[in-house]
Amino acid sequence: MSATAPKIALRDLKKRFGDKPVLTGVDLDVAPGESIVVIGGSGTGKSVLIKCIMGLLQTDNGSIRIDGEEVVGMRVSEREKVMRKFGMLFQSAGLFDSLLVWENVAFGLIQARGMARDEAKTVAHEKMAQVGLGEDVGALSPAELSGGMKKRVGLARAIATEPEIIFFDEPTTGLDPIMGDIINDLIIDCVKELGATALTITHDMASARKIGDRIAMLFDGEIIWDGAVDEVDRAENPYVEQFINGLAEGPIQVTTA
Amino acid sequence: MPILAPIGRVFLAFLAATGRLGTFAMTGVSHCARPPFFPRLIGHQMIEIGYFSLPVVGMTAIFTGMVLALQSYTGFARFNAESAIAAVVVLSITRELGPVLAGLMVAGRIGAAIAAEIGTMRVTEQIDALTTLSTNPFKYLVAPRLIAGTLMLPCLVVFADIIGVFGGYLISVYKLGFNPNTYLKLTWDFLEPLDVISGLVKAAVFGFLVALMGCYHGYHSKGGAQGVGLATTNAVVSASILILAFNYIITALFFGT
Repeated sequence: MSATAPKIALRDLKKRFGDKPVLTGVDLDVAPGESIVVIGGSGTGKSVLIKCIMGLLQTDNGSIRIDGEEVVGMRVSEREKVMRKFGMLFQSAGLFDSLLVWENVAFGLIQARGMARDEAKTVAHEKMAQVGLGEDVGALSPAELSGGMKKRVGLARAIATEPEIIFFDEPTTGLDPIMGDIINDLIIDCVKELGATALTITHDMASARKIGDRIAMLFDGEIIWDGAVDEVDRAENPYVEQFINGLAEGPIQVTTA
Repeated sequence: MPILAPIGRVFLAFLAATGRLGTFAMTGVSHCARPPFFPRLIGHQMIEIGYFSLPVVGMTAIFTGMVLALQSYTGFARFNAESAIAAVVVLSITRELGPVLAGLMVAGRIGAAIAAEIGTMRVTEQIDALTTLSTNPFKYLVAPRLIAGTLMLPCLVVFADIIGVFGGYLISVYKLGFNPNTYLKLTWDFLEPLDVISGLVKAAVFGFLVALMGCYHGYHSKGGAQGVGLATTNAVVSASILILAFNYIITALFFGT
């Protein structure tokens, strides 16, 4: 336990879909300004974990505290206020294809903060410059962008409202290794500049080692290992060892269901 | 017992679906009434639903009016009751065929489009992205469509009424040899305000149902392209059935006694 109060504190978080338990009791603390990476195989509930914390999914059981404030069972209008602390980069970027790129970046400023369109456009261009996109890109439609550019726009949109907590859902998936590394660098820069707390989920170990201060491994609905990023190679946990080395043989049985 | 169990399951599933739809509709309507409003989005949807449906609804109405005149002539000529043709045309169009046919055409055109658009936004994480940007998807996506559907369908039906009566007039005057002035006078004499009003009430309800079904099925679509396709089909089919069912209910309420 760190001395400061955790930014995010999860206790015994449970979520099931029908008969299928996905999270069976997750305990996790994230300190303010810390960058934590949750690793785990496909289908282990990493995305569900993020969506529960953000309030996109209802949890069945357990407690989620953001800045010490319990958000499980909170009223929708209250929850929306907590949501303003969040920013998120979606796996598929989740850009609104009915809007232009700059309108996407400025969306949170215009809708949630009530900023005037002209002013929001200026801010949007600043944020886009921060992720290496010129003003000319702002006038394009999201459908005209490549995968890497979509991630950049998604990142610019996530940081535009200057959130306190940013979630990254598989930030490097679907990108080539070089573009993946560029996105990793951008994530580190943006998080540092904002002083934000970051929670990333990924199965890309290169990305996890680069972005994270701390790594936690999710397996079978629970956090089975949690430690600083340089300890991960000395984890002496057979599950972690198998995962970070990408071995088919080991305690993790991949069922072909 | 083994016979009753499946019946019970189907019945429970039906009740659950009705409850979900009811909750969805209530949430949608409550967001129509509470600020913030999105006049730009409502305007956009009104043009989409109203203006761009004019050709389809106009074509449907004119051919329906024409065939009504032709068919009632073959029947009424046997009893020397040709003068009733004008009444049959105008009453059928304003009370029943105008709203029902316009409703069904709009269900095919707009219900499907709404379901496909919102469904695609769901499966590409755009709806989650809206929520994370502190924008309630009910307010941003559902409410404008419900408002536009409810307001624009009555306008379309006024248009359909006029075009439909004109279709009957064309056939009666140019094919069946009626005196134009007599035909118009007969039409006007038989028409009561309640005939038109009941038709417009129906139209408002149908417009709401079409938008609601599109939003509901789109919002709950899951799993890629196939899910969106299924949502589109369900939106059109359920809207069409509800239109016919509510047509009977509203008719019974207006003219039942």
